[in-house]
Amino acid sequence: MDRTITVKVNGREYERSVEPRLLLSDFLRHEIGLTGTHVGCEQGVCGACTVLVDNEAVRSCLLFAVQTNGREVATVEGLGAGPQQMHLIQHGFWEAHGLQCGFCTPGILMSLVPFLEQNPDPTEKEIRDLLSGNICRCTGYQKIVEAVQLSARLIQEKSS
Amino acid sequence: MKPAAFDYFAPRTQAEALDLLASYGDDAKLLAGGQSLVPTMNFRLAQPAALIDLNGIDELFFIREDKSGLRCGAMTRQRSVERSALVRRAAPLLHEAMPHIAHSQIRNRGTIGGSLAHADPAAELPALAVALDARMYVRSVTDTRWVAARDFYVGLFTTAMLPEEMLVEVAFPTLPPGSGWAFDEVARQHGNYAMCGAAAVVGLDGGGAVEDARLVFLSVGEGPVEAKRAADLLIGERPTETAIRAAAATAATQDIDPVGDIHAGPAFRRHLSRTVAERVLSKAIEKAAEAGRH
Repeated sequence: MDRTITVKVNGREYERSVEPRLLLSDFLRHEIGLTGTHVGCEQGVCGACTVLVDNEAVRSCLLFAVQTNGREVATVEGLGAGPQQMHLIQHGFWEAHGLQCGFCTPGILMSLVPFLEQNPDPTEKEIRDLLSGNICRCTGYQKIVEAVQLSARLIQEKSS
Repeated sequence: MKPAAFDYFAPRTQAEALDLLASYGDDAKLLAGGQSLVPTMNFRLAQPAALIDLNGIDELFFIREDKSGLRCGAMTRQRSVERSALVRRAAPLLHEAMPHIAHSQIRNRGTIGGSLAHADPAAELPALAVALDARMYVRSVTDTRWVAARDFYVGLFTTAMLPEEMLVEVAFPTLPPGSGWAFDEVARQHGNYAMCGAAAVVGLDGGGAVEDARLVFLSVGEGPVEAKRAADLLIGERPTETAIRAAAATAATQDIDPVGDIHAGPAFRRHLSRTVAERVLSKAIEKAAEAGRH
């Protein structure tokens, strides 16, 4: 039996009628058309579908959309309005070439938003621990680590 | 793949959840953090007729201390346990081991009770619960009972709970003064399931001999495996390097009977067990000796 849910995504409220078995990842992509959240493994391993629910990074393939009723979800679409208005983390990734094919990038960016809020000056080990939850098959991670370091610097410079 | 259809319930109280569980029994699954259950549903390995979502039951989310030790509500997020100053003080072994559990994005959602009740032999929390002599508080519509962690795990993904019972709380007794502890594991990549891991808790007497020892493995059996022969070998002895090595060897050869999988064969698992046991026993003993000097 379908349920009516109201979810705030990137600041905008959406009301939809959904089957309880609908995953949050599919809700975001198919019901409200936000395809920036990528679906890789659907078993919580790859991290591509990571989004924020109430400002915490979680796997959207391991949550049912009904569970986000009344909650706030943030996806990669909410980070920057376009190439001229990128989030500082996106800017860091662009500048340091922290991606190749880009499939894993939305999940990485969303993992990084709360991480860099809580750890403004992370060590390389902390960065690598965080990134262990996001699988990238292109880069070998070195450029991603450098992009995170640059992002942290950009955020610190802006706030000082 | 996508999950099969199910009836969804989101009770607000334990009593409502238990009523639902009593009427559906084995046809229902309790949804805690969902970090193990939802993947199995996505693959349709699990197709419960009813899903009882516990995330709206506020009374299951708590960390508090009483005179006997630390108490955690079953729905307490693993991330909350990891970050709790109270856990750090009252159950430092638990605090130290939390970052080994999967990734932060999983711990944000995963719960302490969900992992304990799921009884995955490769999971950290069941082994920690046995090592810390934790007790599980289990409820059904008609009954409540406490079950010691070492009696809770009865087989592969199997606990002593009945289909109509729900884990609502776990209690970790305070370790006696002068205790030392350690946790370690070996995984191919940080955050992956470990090929072998172990928790040790050791108490020394005034003379520096081992008074009490517990060594518990994960990922080498059908559940958490307590290395009783190894512990018996240490108790009453002075914990020299030779004694620790002998205990670790006994643990790896006599206390466990690992089976192989694609990640590690039985011989390699025994090898890892010996190494990990040596490490955690040495560290626990070192900590106990330090505690004794203060």
